[in-house]
Amino acid sequence: MTSALVLRRAGPGLTLQDGGRTGFFAQGISPGGAVDRLALIEAAALLGCEAGDAVLEMAGVGGLFEARGDLRVALTGAPMRASLNGEPLEWNACHRLREGDTLDIGAAQAGIFGYLALGGGIDVANVMGSRSTHLLAGIGRRLGEGDRLDAGSDPRPERTGLRLEPGARFAGGTVRLIEGPQTRLFDSGTRERFIATAFRRDPRGNRQGARLLFDGEPFRVAGQLDIVSEIITAGDVQIAGDGSPFVLMPECQTIGGYPRIASVVPDDLAIVAQAAPGTVLRFEFIDAAAALDDYRRRRTAGHDLARRVRPLVRDPASIPDLLGYQLISGATAGEDLR
Amino acid sequence: MISQLGLSGMLVSFADRLDEAANRAAIAFRARVEDERIPGIEESATSLASVFLRFDPMSMDHHRLRASLEALLAERDWLAAPLPHGRRLWRIPVCFEGAHGPQLAQAAELAGLEPDQAIAELTAARTRVLTIGFAPGQPYLGILPPHWNIPRQTELTRSVPEGALTVAVRQFVLFAVTSPTGWRQVGRTAFRCFRADADPPFRLRPGDEVRFEAIGAAAFERILAHDGDGTGGAVAEAIE
Repeated sequence: MTSALVLRRAGPGLTLQDGGRTGFFAQGISPGGAVDRLALIEAAALLGCEAGDAVLEMAGVGGLFEARGDLRVALTGAPMRASLNGEPLEWNACHRLREGDTLDIGAAQAGIFGYLALGGGIDVANVMGSRSTHLLAGIGRRLGEGDRLDAGSDPRPERTGLRLEPGARFAGGTVRLIEGPQTRLFDSGTRERFIATAFRRDPRGNRQGARLLFDGEPFRVAGQLDIVSEIITAGDVQIAGDGSPFVLMPECQTIGGYPRIASVVPDDLAIVAQAAPGTVLRFEFIDAAAALDDYRRRRTAGHDLARRVRPLVRDPASIPDLLGYQLISGATAGEDLR
Repeated sequence: MISQLGLSGMLVSFADRLDEAANRAAIAFRARVEDERIPGIEESATSLASVFLRFDPMSMDHHRLRASLEALLAERDWLAAPLPHGRRLWRIPVCFEGAHGPQLAQAAELAGLEPDQAIAELTAARTRVLTIGFAPGQPYLGILPPHWNIPRQTELTRSVPEGALTVAVRQFVLFAVTSPTGWRQVGRTAFRCFRADADPPFRLRPGDEVRFEAIGAAAFERILAHDGDGTGGAVAEAIE
């Protein structure tokens, strides 16, 4: 029988996500997928699974899960308060669950989006090339009490008890931008003020976009309300009608009428997505060629995962088969997540 | 004009404003790029007056793609390109009455018209699908006469329903999903632009033409009640 996690209590923002759905942009469907792509790569490294597997994305708070059969879970992304049968459970780690175990995942302690992955992935229908829920397109739905997460066939059921040093992205900081088609519609004074401004994450934000707050005059270009509607993509920084920036997330629309001052590079989008309300964000422009070099370097280096994955229990005597963990081969370059 | 759009995208723009020839150019140029099958290009799309190309950032870069696109741009006068083959004319019933057209009077006033005149003009216009986007299968339709160049609202309407017919900047948007918007809702259709379980899931294509036909609230309710496939009483015929 298929192992599964059954939801006994569900937070309000639980959806299944993977690396997204490409090929339907011309029909108005943005790629979607997990807002924190690094969390997918980290979960796959912990489990030794494919980085393209479907995982559970949890916005702000998780839920109460009951294990049906034996399975492995990995917990990545925003660290959330977690316990297994009442005992505290380490985040950024993979764990074994047995039939009847109760996994309780509470509120995020830093960041916003936490991820729960299963060994073998979550078995859910592939719709138009992806298993990700796209609420805007009406593909999939939010999960609730009573829903089941069926585990796929686990390729490495013995591999467990690993932890990982997470990539930094839960405390705001500087976010890299590259120029886009409308950057120069903003005069140089406005662009300089944008770079000099300390923004704070507004509580308003979801899988489509994140609004930023700041002190000072609204950011403006001339003729803002009758600009021609244009293609928009995840990472674009739109200046909304009230003059405040809105950073587009993976489930954004595909066309928008507000001007965009720049685009956040893909590897920094999680810094914005994971910025809890009030977190300070600053921006800097980098050259597109330099941004491409950095993007390629990170993937060629496999996101340093081989170095970051470690045994969960630090006393080697308690791990009889330490050599069997194959720390290196669990790493993935994440190419299938692009 | 060619510009970078994000780390893995390029945008080829034929105009910086709404323009019929630029829209034709975008549709034709996208077809040409698809036909060329440039290695490293993963996806393409058109907007009102431009073509978007998404590429694989591991194997392609903005600089090299720009060179390929410039060569294709030089092949012909794209602004003189014809419309694509296989276009259709759609006639879609729309109800402008009461709560179905909550901002009709406001939009009419901005266009300098009485509501009755506005309905007459909006149903007389034979509009074209300029692009599909924002939400699945959702058309931008135009180009309406110059006095319909009314701005979007500064404040968003919290929600318009699926099927809402909205107007701004000389265009209609026929909403595919329930959504917030800055466009003003003048009517409502029962036409569903996207159904994930249908084949094909998307109804309209860039280049298709659309005429809206006014119906009363009672007729609209009848269509909604008996409309199993989301056609909304619309009919389509081939053009030419």
